[in-house]
Amino acid sequence: MKAHGHVFKYGDNVDTDVIIPARYLNTSDAKELAAHCMEDIDADFVSKVKEGDIMVATRNFGCGSSREHAPLAIKTAGISCVIAATFARIFYRNSINIGLPILECPEAVDGINAGDEVEVDFDTGKITNVTSGKTFQAQPFPAFMQEIIKADGLVNQLRAKLA
Amino acid sequence: MGMTMTQKILAAHAGLDSVTAGQLIEAKLDLVLGNDVTTPVAINEFDKIGCKTVFDRTKVAIVPDHFTPNKDIKAAEQAKKVREFARKHDIENYFEVGCMGIEHALLPEKGLVVAGDVVIGADSHTCTYGALGAFSTGIGSTDMAAGMASGTAWFKVPSAIKFVLKNKLSGWASGKDVILHIIGMIGVDGALYQSMEFTGPGLASIDIDGRFTIANMAIEAGAKNGIFPVDKVALKYLKEHGKRPNRIYEADPDAEYERVIEIDLAAIKPTVAFPHLPSNTKTIDEAKGLKIDQVVIGSCTNGRIQDLRIAAKILKGRSVSKDIRCIIFPATQKIYLQAVKEGLAEIFVKAGVAFSTPTCGPCLGGHMGILAKGERALATTNRNFVGRMGHPESEVYLSNPAIAAASAITGVITDPDDLPRK
Repeated sequence: MKAHGHVFKYGDNVDTDVIIPARYLNTSDAKELAAHCMEDIDADFVSKVKEGDIMVATRNFGCGSSREHAPLAIKTAGISCVIAATFARIFYRNSINIGLPILECPEAVDGINAGDEVEVDFDTGKITNVTSGKTFQAQPFPAFMQEIIKADGLVNQLRAKLA
Repeated sequence: MGMTMTQKILAAHAGLDSVTAGQLIEAKLDLVLGNDVTTPVAINEFDKIGCKTVFDRTKVAIVPDHFTPNKDIKAAEQAKKVREFARKHDIENYFEVGCMGIEHALLPEKGLVVAGDVVIGADSHTCTYGALGAFSTGIGSTDMAAGMASGTAWFKVPSAIKFVLKNKLSGWASGKDVILHIIGMIGVDGALYQSMEFTGPGLASIDIDGRFTIANMAIEAGAKNGIFPVDKVALKYLKEHGKRPNRIYEADPDAEYERVIEIDLAAIKPTVAFPHLPSNTKTIDEAKGLKIDQVVIGSCTNGRIQDLRIAAKILKGRSVSKDIRCIIFPATQKIYLQAVKEGLAEIFVKAGVAFSTPTCGPCLGGHMGILAKGERALATTNRNFVGRMGHPESEVYLSNPAIAAASAITGVITDPDDLPRK
C-alpha cells in the first residue's frame, strides 16, 4: 500500500483543539468534522487539501485531548498519511485504531518542505521526497500494531476475534 | 530487574509475573469511562463490533458532562444517543444532569475507582485517578468501544520518570503550581509515553485534592499516567469513598527510571502558564499586572472543595472587578452542596460571581463562558491552546484558584498577598 500526495507542513505541538476545535464536537459526523479541520491554525487547509495529500509536522503532533474526532477529521479531509518527528500517545493510538496511517521519522520531517510531492510505502516504511529525490526510512510498526492495521482497525480485528 | 508502581499494576492485570518497559500487553479493565462527546463515537464503533451487550454493566461509567446541560440541539442529540445507550445496556454508572459532575471528580467521589485499578477513559484527563494509586489513562472512542465489548485493552508498558518531592509548599503555592512548575521544566512532551511517579517526603504535605490536580495534568506533559503511592492521605480518602477493596502496589526499590527529578516544594512559587502551551510558565512575580477579561475557577483540574474554599477565603467581603466576568463551577453536585452548606456559595454570589452547575463547558470552549476575539481569561483549568476557550485570537492563562480569585477582584493577574487588607 502506498500514499502519494503533496505536503502540508506544520510545527511542534499541533494540538487536537486546533485539529478540530471543541466548538464542533457537538457532532460525530466525520464529514462535518473534516469541514473544520485545522481551521484555527490554517484557514486554507480544507479548501486546498486534495485526496491523498500528506501531513508532515515536527514534535508531539496531536497533543491534548483524547478526541478521536481529530484523526477522523484529518483522514476524512483526504489526508493519506501523517509523518511527524513524534506523536502524542493518545493521538497515535487513535490513528492506528481508526486506520489513519502515521509514521514517526524525524529525518523525513527535516527533509520535507511544505508543497513537496511525497510518496510513502507503508509495507517497507520508505518515504520518498519526489520533489528533492531524497529517501528516508521510518520505523516499522511492531507486529502487534501491524495486525490491527491489516485488519483495517481495532473494531474489525475485535469483530473477527469475537465472531 | 524491579518494576515501577505502574508496571506492577499492569503486570497484575495482564496475568503476568513481571513486565518491562516497551512490552505490549493485554490488560483486564476495572472501569471503562466515556462522556457525551466521546461516547457517541464509541457507540458507533461498539455497534460495528456486533456485541449484544457490554462486558460488565457495572464496570462502564458514562458521564454526560462536556456540553451539558445541553448547549444546543446537536449537543442534545448526542446526549440523547448516550442516554439511550446507557438505558439499553442498563449501565449502572450513568449520571444524568442533576446527579452528574465532571467525570474525573465524580468517579473517585462515587468510589468507582480504587487503588490498584486499571481504568481507561475516553477523555485525556482520565489520568487523574493516579492520585489514588490506580493506573488510569486517556484513550479514544474506538478503544472505549473495544473496552466496553471485551473488558480488555492493549497497552505498551511505559517507562517512568520519578519525581521526588521534598520539603513543604508555602504561601499560596498548591498542587497546581507543582504540576505547572514541572511541565514548565520538562515541556509538554517531557514525559511522552511515560509514567510520572510522584514520591518523596514532601508528599505528606499535599492533600488529596492537590494530588488529583497534579495527576490530572500529567497528560499536559505528554505522560501516559501520573501516579502516587497509596499513603495515609490516599487511604483516608479511599476509606471514606471506595466501594471495592484496594489493591496496593509499591514500586520495587530497584525499579528502573529513565530520569529521577528532585522537586523542592518550598521553592515553588505560584505559577501562571501563558498562551499557548501549559509549559509556557512564569512565576506570579513575572506574570502579575496583566489585564484580563474573564476568570474561570473550576474544571476537573481545580473544581474540588479545597479549591473553592481557597477562592472563597480570598473573595469573602470583596467584590469582583466591574471589568471581569468571574465564573465558578464546582466539579460535582456533592461539592456544590458542600459549598452551599459551608457558606461559600453565598460569598461567591455576594462578590458578583456567576456560580454555575457542574459542567466542562467553559474549559474547552464549549459553552458557559466563551471568549471573544482578543479577550483574555485566567483559568484554573488545564489547557491554554489556541482557541481553547473560544475565538482563535483569544488567550487563556492557567493558574491556581488563589491567583484566579485575587485576579477577579483587581482585573489584572494578581498575587493574593498584594491585595489591600479587608
